[in-house]
Amino acid sequence: MIQVENVTKRFPGGHDALKGLSLNVDKGEMVFVTGHSGAGKSTLLRLIALIERPTSGHVIVDGQNTRRVPRRKIPAYRRQIGMVFQDHKLLYDRKVFDNVALPLIIAGFSDRDAARKVRAALDQVSLLHKENHFPETLSSGEQQRVGIARAIVSRPKLLIADEPTGNLDPDLSLEVMRIFRRFNEVGVTILIASHDTALIDQLGCRRIPLANGMLHYEEEEDVVAEYVERLSVQTEQAEWRQ
Amino acid sequence: MAAVNSPNLLHAPPSSGRFLNWLVRHASTGSGALQRLARQPFASFMTVLVIAVTLALPAAMHLVIKNAQSISASWDNALDFSVYLNTGTSIEEARRLADIIRQRADVEQVTLITSAEALQEFREQSGFGESLDHLTANPLPHTLVVRPGTNHTEVSMSLLNEELGNLPETDFVQVDTEWVRRFHAILDILQRSIAIGAALLGAAIIIIIGNTIRLDIQNRRDEIEVTKLIGASSAFVRRPFLYSGLWYGLGGGLLALALVRYGLYALEAPVTRLAGLYSSPFNILSLDLAESLAIVAAGMTLGLAGSWVAAARHMRRIEPR
Repeated sequence: MIQVENVTKRFPGGHDALKGLSLNVDKGEMVFVTGHSGAGKSTLLRLIALIERPTSGHVIVDGQNTRRVPRRKIPAYRRQIGMVFQDHKLLYDRKVFDNVALPLIIAGFSDRDAARKVRAALDQVSLLHKENHFPETLSSGEQQRVGIARAIVSRPKLLIADEPTGNLDPDLSLEVMRIFRRFNEVGVTILIASHDTALIDQLGCRRIPLANGMLHYEEEEDVVAEYVERLSVQTEQAEWRQ
Repeated sequence: MAAVNSPNLLHAPPSSGRFLNWLVRHASTGSGALQRLARQPFASFMTVLVIAVTLALPAAMHLVIKNAQSISASWDNALDFSVYLNTGTSIEEARRLADIIRQRADVEQVTLITSAEALQEFREQSGFGESLDHLTANPLPHTLVVRPGTNHTEVSMSLLNEELGNLPETDFVQVDTEWVRRFHAILDILQRSIAIGAALLGAAIIIIIGNTIRLDIQNRRDEIEVTKLIGASSAFVRRPFLYSGLWYGLGGGLLALALVRYGLYALEAPVTRLAGLYSSPFNILSLDLAESLAIVAAGMTLGLAGSWVAAARHMRRIEPR
């Protein structure tokens, strides 16, 4: 679903947010991108959402190379991806229903079709009874669920989320992650940037650890080091036998 | 699942009823923009008022010219020639000459103003009164006022002018209508100045609306950003602002019509009184339907243009961060 090939992202001023990063996310996977702030998690998601373009390398999403998406096609490209944000990014002068309906209205659905889909999405995040509320009257966890309903209402194949539990307490965080899990079970590929390692361990999903814009597998490094050590011991033994 | 995931089913609604959807979307965007304006009634009204005044100015000037033209059009029929006779000509000769000229097919009416009548009129109108009593003799000639037939042409007029001038008793012929033509020329210049002024005021409306929409765009920056982030096209984001501009223009146009109407209403009584003094049946001319529609259409077009300029300039800069 997502192929990142040797991607470097250099910001004006010379800071490299990503340095030759390569990774793969298969269809139907639920994957966490982890790492400290500044490790490049957000930059990676922004490249996938085409908010930024890579300085070099390729980002290929569902077979489309983002480099080949012209500026005017970006809206259509974004409509294929559901996005969830740490700060929800809801429109506070519109009701929950209208917030969730926005992607459908942008895509040109009729009111009736939209209403049906919005209610289905709100039902999936257990907020059907709040459709006529304004977001400000909702708790932070509920607002995030509205954000999730908006992200999944047009049934995207890919859902990306940037620190979706960043502002939530552990119980609410787990609830939000369970919602993601349920969408993943019906085939949606999900990529979540998070630094909440305890929570991720609970869910048992694959992790893509980033540090300084590169992959950083601590455990695997240990394995390799051990292997090298064993190899050298064997070599020594062999030499000694001779 | 595979069928549901196919791109067509996913992101585009079924094509049947698409046009209807489109209409419904436009209607809801339009009414949404209107509601947004209604939420700030004072600010919106001030903008509409500025546009109305800016539109009403050239409309009112146009009406002044139009009425002046309609008055002077009735003068066109009175293309009188004043034929001044030689000072030696007697009253009898003048009367005979008047009779002869009256026979002509291209003459409708001939009036004789004797030198005595002319002096009397001059005494009354000039204010010299007493000082004229010191004159030993009347210096004024007899005058024939010749009104050409109604079916006159440019050629027949100049022919008549020439023949009247060639009469042995004629000193010189003056065409009284010369000043009407000058008046028309002045009206033409005024009309053109108004057109230039209207163009400048139109530019002012574009700037006023553009600026209002620019502020609106800045105030709704977050909303635009979020909408773009979840895949709205530029056209989608721009649309409500274009409708705002259109409503400002429509409101301004309608209010301009009301202002002009009220102005005419206020002028009607004194104008009727003045026309009464001249025993003229003159009625003040108002805007006709085509002119009224043109003012409203101009308002809407300029409103749309202003919001388009603002949206094109400022929307592009707002990209998701």
